[in-house]
Amino acid sequence: MMSFRYAVNVAPKPGILDPQGRAVEGSLGHLGISGVHDVRIGRRAELTVDAADEAAARAIVERLASELLSNPLIEVYAVESIGAASSAVSAGVGEG
Amino acid sequence: MGVRIGVVVFPGSNCDRDTVHALGLAGAEPVVLWHEQASLEGVAAVVLPGGFAYGDYVRAGVIARFSPVMRAVAGFATEGGLVLGICNGFQVLAEAGLVPGALLRNASLRFVGREVAIAAERRDTPFTHALDARRPLRMPVAHGEGRFYADDMTLDALERDGQVLFRYVDTWGEPAGPDDPANPNGSLRAIAGVLNAAGNVAGLMPHPERAAESILGSDEGMGIVRSLVESAARAAHGPVVAGSAVAGSAVQ
Repeated sequence: MMSFRYAVNVAPKPGILDPQGRAVEGSLGHLGISGVHDVRIGRRAELTVDAADEAAARAIVERLASELLSNPLIEVYAVESIGAASSAVSAGVGEG
Repeated sequence: MGVRIGVVVFPGSNCDRDTVHALGLAGAEPVVLWHEQASLEGVAAVVLPGGFAYGDYVRAGVIARFSPVMRAVAGFATEGGLVLGICNGFQVLAEAGLVPGALLRNASLRFVGREVAIAAERRDTPFTHALDARRPLRMPVAHGEGRFYADDMTLDALERDGQVLFRYVDTWGEPAGPDDPANPNGSLRAIAGVLNAAGNVAGLMPHPERAAESILGSDEGMGIVRSLVESAARAAHGPVVAGSAVAGSAVQ
């Protein structure tokens, strides 16, 4: 069994009104920032998968991403490998 | 005793007692179903009440969708069983794919808790047949994620196939566009409630169970509750789908 660390990045589908992104755009003036547009707010999940190999781990995280972490009607996701889970990460989770 | 109708309780449900009360007023025998149970105890219909199931974590309704009771509800719905989702219950049904569309964050980004007016697009369904006329019904909404969304092709199909069940309407009874204050959340095409293709599963964001008695400000939600209870009583003797409720009424 090996451990693999992933991030799942979920964003609103292109074309779907994202009121959070709009609210951020609306506040840019207060920060004195200009020239920023098309703000889209999503969500990111980081997780460790225990599996026999990378392909098996990837299959699990893809299923989790498509069935629970995102809704295919309104969101898109991308799975990102952030390296094999280090013992430091596992220990950190355990202590938390 | 009246017909037995299940009310599912998830951790975080908070309209279950109101729903039980309203069903009782309509003559049903409510049966409380816990989210961890896999049996629906032979009820004739199921209501998924409002609240914040599992804290609405990740997306409203998505964690609840995978609970044991929802597996049973999905099977029940597939077999033609009557299921009504109210507010958070609607979100659960949408996440489970048992009704079309999705409920997004309100366009205003604010939680909206106030009275709205909705009109039933159809009065020949198990959920609306007891409504006495095509007049607006006043009842509260209370949600942060209620903006109905589906892509244009799906919206066209829903309208064509009679799957739009309720719309938010303005003072004149006309559908309230996404920017109209009478549309509390920016729902596309003013959609407040939808039906599945088979006509036995419905969801709506407004709360008919909170408009169950005039002392509460409105009893105009009871037409929906009574429709469900009467349809469930009939369903106890065989499957009921949209359209057949009208046939049933005609022979009575």
